[in-house]
Amino acid sequence: MESITGLILAKYNYWMYISLMMVGLYAMIAKNNLVKKIIGMNILQTAIILFYISIGAKKGATIPIIMHSEGHGHEAVHAVQYINPLPHVLMLTAIVVSVATLGVALALAIRLYARFGTLEEDEINDQVREAP
Amino acid sequence: MIWQVDLAILALVVICAIAAVTVRDLLGAGILFGAYSFMLCLLWAAMGAVDVAFTEASVGAGVSTVFFIAAVFRTTRRTKD
Amino acid sequence: MLVHATLDFPGWGDPNAPAHLHVAPEYLEQAYEKTATPNVVTAVLADYRSYDTMFETAVVFSAGLACFFLLRVQSRKKEEEEEEDRYFRHLATDMVIRIRTPSMHVPDSPYLQQLDPYWTPRSLIVRAACRVLTPFIQLFALYVVAHGHHSPGGGFQGGVILGASLILVALSHDLRTSMKMTPEKLMGVLSPAGVLIYAGVGALCVAAGHNFLDYGALAEWLGTAPEAARSLGILFVEVGVAVCVMATMIIIYANLSSAGGHKQGL
Repeated sequence: MESITGLILAKYNYWMYISLMMVGLYAMIAKNNLVKKIIGMNILQTAIILFYISIGAKKGATIPIIMHSEGHGHEAVHAVQYINPLPHVLMLTAIVVSVATLGVALALAIRLYARFGTLEEDEINDQVREAP
Repeated sequence: MIWQVDLAILALVVICAIAAVTVRDLLGAGILFGAYSFMLCLLWAAMGAVDVAFTEASVGAGVSTVFFIAAVFRTTRRTKD
Repeated sequence: MLVHATLDFPGWGDPNAPAHLHVAPEYLEQAYEKTATPNVVTAVLADYRSYDTMFETAVVFSAGLACFFLLRVQSRKKEEEEEEDRYFRHLATDMVIRIRTPSMHVPDSPYLQQLDPYWTPRSLIVRAACRVLTPFIQLFALYVVAHGHHSPGGGFQGGVILGASLILVALSHDLRTSMKMTPEKLMGVLSPAGVLIYAGVGALCVAAGHNFLDYGALAEWLGTAPEAARSLGILFVEVGVAVCVMATMIIIYANLSSAGGHKQGL
């Protein structure tokens, strides 16, 4: 019993990241509406961000801002005391890129709506096939 | 880091994600996506990634929601799935 | 299959996981000494991995450019054809005038206010509250940019908050008011200017005889120790990032909410 709860606690974040990724993938592939597809794409991105942040987490460590005092220097920094900052840096930029791609994707969706009058993928496909 | 909080927020995150994907109204989907982003922001603050949480709160929950609503306002709210 | 793969992953929060054992401890232990920046995330973002961040800024800029090219409607003729009836409110009498002929020119007058046919925010409370809030939000954004060394924050967050405060103006008034405050041409200049500030700081370091984006090179010109110069270099590039991100957010919002016309928005 002890080992099972230990296993669940150790892996729970990873399982949740996998289920979020599957939700995003399902929305991207199976949904018919373009805005739903874009939401799925964003959920997939955030799932991967969640994975990286989970890797960066450390038990018993504090946030990666070095404690320091004005004037008389600081004590030697031990890496064990601070959460790994590297995944945070990579994911911070990934979030900003995700909002940029979101803007471009929505712009494309608006152009498609202006051209075809619908956001449903199958209707757009029908109209494209009918056109010579 | 309190693992009970972590578990509860993770469950909420997954619920919000599934709701945002399944709801039959694009405006509602946009709003639910904003709620999803905010839950993620809480989760990252709880995990100690304060910079990422700050970025997610301003970018994910703030600006992306506005973008979604603007796009839905310019197109249509209706959806078949 | 993915769930099976997780069984081989290190446990959650394990301090000895491989991810914590490569370069991360080095960053943690040396960042404060070498760059005088207590927030390690900012130090790694803008100093150790500044190439990454520079092209990241370029990505944001090109996204704004892509939105502009995809959506912006420039041709005047097409605009006039598509233009529907225009509505004006006479402010003194609260009468609404409807103008059907698209070619008729209405002069800018302090007594007339143009209305959007779909969206007419008239709530005084919302408008006044947003007007009071906006300067404070902008002040907070500047604080976030400048104080990114010591607390969570930095160029990306500050830039997004600045952009969001101007989007708030567009939401609470209308797009025309906010486009007057932030003209499209100004934003189009600011967005690449942010990237150029970033690259310019890097080029200055080359001119001083060091590697590209090695801010320690600026120490002589600034008259400080190399550590403090690196801290100041981080501040300069953060300002560049903030300017670029703010301008891009406003460009994307203005194009999305008005579908490129910039006439009437959300």
